[in-house]
Amino acid sequence: MAALIEIERLTKRFGAFTAVDDVSFSVDRGEVVGFLGPNGAGKSTTMKMLAGFVTPSAGTARICGKDVVDDPVAAKRSLGYLPEGAPTYPEMTVTAFLRFVARIRGYRGGEAADRVTAAMELTQLQGVRLQPIETLSKGFKRRVGLAQSLLHDPPVLVLDEPTDGLDPNQKHEVRELIRRMAPDKAILISTHILEEVDAVCTRAIIIAHGKVLADSPPSALAKPGKSLEQVFRDLTARPAEAA
Amino acid sequence: MGGTLAVARRELAGYFATPVAYVFIVIFLMMAGALTFTIGGFFQRGQADLSPFFNFVPWLFLFLVPALTMRLWAEERRLGTIELLLTLPLPQWQAVLGKFLAAWAFCAIALALTFPLVVTVNYLGRPDNGVIAAGYVGCLLVAGAYLAVGAAMSAMTKNQVIAFVLAVAVCFLFAAAGSPVVTEFLSQRVPVLAELARGISLIERFNILQRGVIALRDVVFFASFIGFFLFVNAVVIDHRKAD
Repeated sequence: MAALIEIERLTKRFGAFTAVDDVSFSVDRGEVVGFLGPNGAGKSTTMKMLAGFVTPSAGTARICGKDVVDDPVAAKRSLGYLPEGAPTYPEMTVTAFLRFVARIRGYRGGEAADRVTAAMELTQLQGVRLQPIETLSKGFKRRVGLAQSLLHDPPVLVLDEPTDGLDPNQKHEVRELIRRMAPDKAILISTHILEEVDAVCTRAIIIAHGKVLADSPPSALAKPGKSLEQVFRDLTARPAEAA
Repeated sequence: MGGTLAVARRELAGYFATPVAYVFIVIFLMMAGALTFTIGGFFQRGQADLSPFFNFVPWLFLFLVPALTMRLWAEERRLGTIELLLTLPLPQWQAVLGKFLAAWAFCAIALALTFPLVVTVNYLGRPDNGVIAAGYVGCLLVAGAYLAVGAAMSAMTKNQVIAFVLAVAVCFLFAAAGSPVVTEFLSQRVPVLAELARGISLIERFNILQRGVIALRDVVFFASFIGFFLFVNAVVIDHRKAD
């Protein structure tokens, strides 16, 4: 069976600048892949292309076998996506926002209400159900974004910095949540936090200057006598000649 | 169609969640009323009709409608929610149509609230209510045309002020194209253009409707005008969504 996320020679150029350069990899069910790289390495651009927001200059990606360029709506149905910064509509209440997402995802009436309740339970948002999102703290806002991406129990999750801005307890909760969901989903998360890769990921992909530099389990990346952090620095701190 | 309705509902609720809706409605009703009874000479004319009111509506809408549409896409870009909206499983045209329908429904609500004028004129005399109904249809069509222009302009920028100014300028062009000043100037120099200007003039078409004549060709004109600008809107969103 084909992998749930397949990325094939994906490339994005902005004018003369190549943000993502011929990136290929795939993520199977049960895998949690940590997408690592310095700022501007092309992590978010790759994820935006995967989510169908940025159109690739070349190459393509498939989610559950559906091409994100040729069949975007079908690909998006199987995808839960948390954009960078977890954008939400500030004037809406948490419930109204999640109901809106549920309606767009095709749920009606009682089923929509059940989905919203389940997503709020998973992300522990019940306490702020009726608050406008703009009044919430950063951690809650991030969890609203997470709830939105989990609402339809998608086989594929793409989360751009899911723990950014959370306090240590909330980080722990989100990691637990990811670990719990991992067995029957393909999950791709981007992060700056290397301990997070150790904690939740089954595989780490290091990207810099738009190119994949390493792709292996975190334990294999950390060579004897070298921490993951050192490996990361060795791989990515070198300027463009590495690319 | 479910997606279109979900977007429209969210957008319409958004108007009422902020002061935009109330400011718009109050200003529209106050100005419409004031202009009808002062400059319009509602009483002095001694005629039981609403043309003193209808004459001002397209010019009021010229400034008020762009205030409604300026946020449609510019705000989504500024908040980053455009990434959320366009990565939900929803064809882009449905998002475009949903936003337009919400703004149009809002204009319909504002127009419906001018009902005291209809009551007044029916109390004072025996107006031709068919002509009044046609006038309202005309107002709605003009509003729709301005809205389509405004939404397309909003798609081009993340700055609401720029979206507003562009929308007023383009709407003014189409509103004023048929005015005697323009057509006389053109007919003396380039008669072909004068004919064209009359043809694309929104006010010219509106005046025909206002007289109580709902002709198919005028309705088709408004429908194609709205369709064209919604198409422009969709194309702009598709090309510039990630900018």
